[in-house]
Amino acid sequence: MNDLVRLVGLAQPLVSKHLRVLREVGLVGVREEGRQRMYSVNGQLLKPIHDWVKTYERSWSKRFDRLDVVLEELKEMKEDDGGKDE
Amino acid sequence: MVVKTSSGTAVVTLPTDTQILITREFNAPGHLVYKAYTTPELIKRWWSGDRGEVTLAEVDLRVGGRWRYVMKANGGFEVGFHGEYREIVPNERLVTTEVYEGMPEGEAVVTHTFSEKDGRTTLTILMLLPSQADRDAVINSGMEGGMQESMDHLEQVAVSLSRRT
Repeated sequence: MNDLVRLVGLAQPLVSKHLRVLREVGLVGVREEGRQRMYSVNGQLLKPIHDWVKTYERSWSKRFDRLDVVLEELKEMKEDDGGKDE
Repeated sequence: MVVKTSSGTAVVTLPTDTQILITREFNAPGHLVYKAYTTPELIKRWWSGDRGEVTLAEVDLRVGGRWRYVMKANGGFEVGFHGEYREIVPNERLVTTEVYEGMPEGEAVVTHTFSEKDGRTTLTILMLLPSQADRDAVINSGMEGGMQESMDHLEQVAVSLSRRT
């Protein structure tokens, strides 16, 4: 829990509240280890959301791959101009 | 911390029920990414990705000015997007509205941020949609587009096969 609070950068009660909701829907599991509570993420449940966004993400990746090519050309043009833009 | 030698992939997250956040790093200074984003002849070269060809890119780059892009998708049908420039900070920030002409009621407000560090630029695109249904429709459009292309491709294959017989 202390690790989570540090990583997320939110107040401990707020982190607890989020964790409780995530546990209720099964996205997060918890087990006691001595005085510590160990939390784990159930990635399988997140997969449908990941899959849903993936196709959209892919279309942006393809778009940006082409933008990379344009940018490389712009950089070369700039060098040919002796550092001037256009 | 991962150090990338080349450019990475787009990362899409959904910060709230009505938002889409797209992030990508480019191996180029901010003013060049901005230029590629706002110059019609350059937009034509990348904006359609692998979905088709851009047939129209109109840019009236001033606050209140309009933009419109039309893409001829691989299947032959045309899709248009348009909007208005709301805020312009050259090489740094661009706020626009964006309407997909197939769903004119779901106008998005899109904030583009170009932040340069050591000659590389992180582009973040934050889309704010009027409702969760509109947001979901945008995400689904990627899937439908992909499906449409697959179906079109299938159709081409079927046509070429039928010609052979």
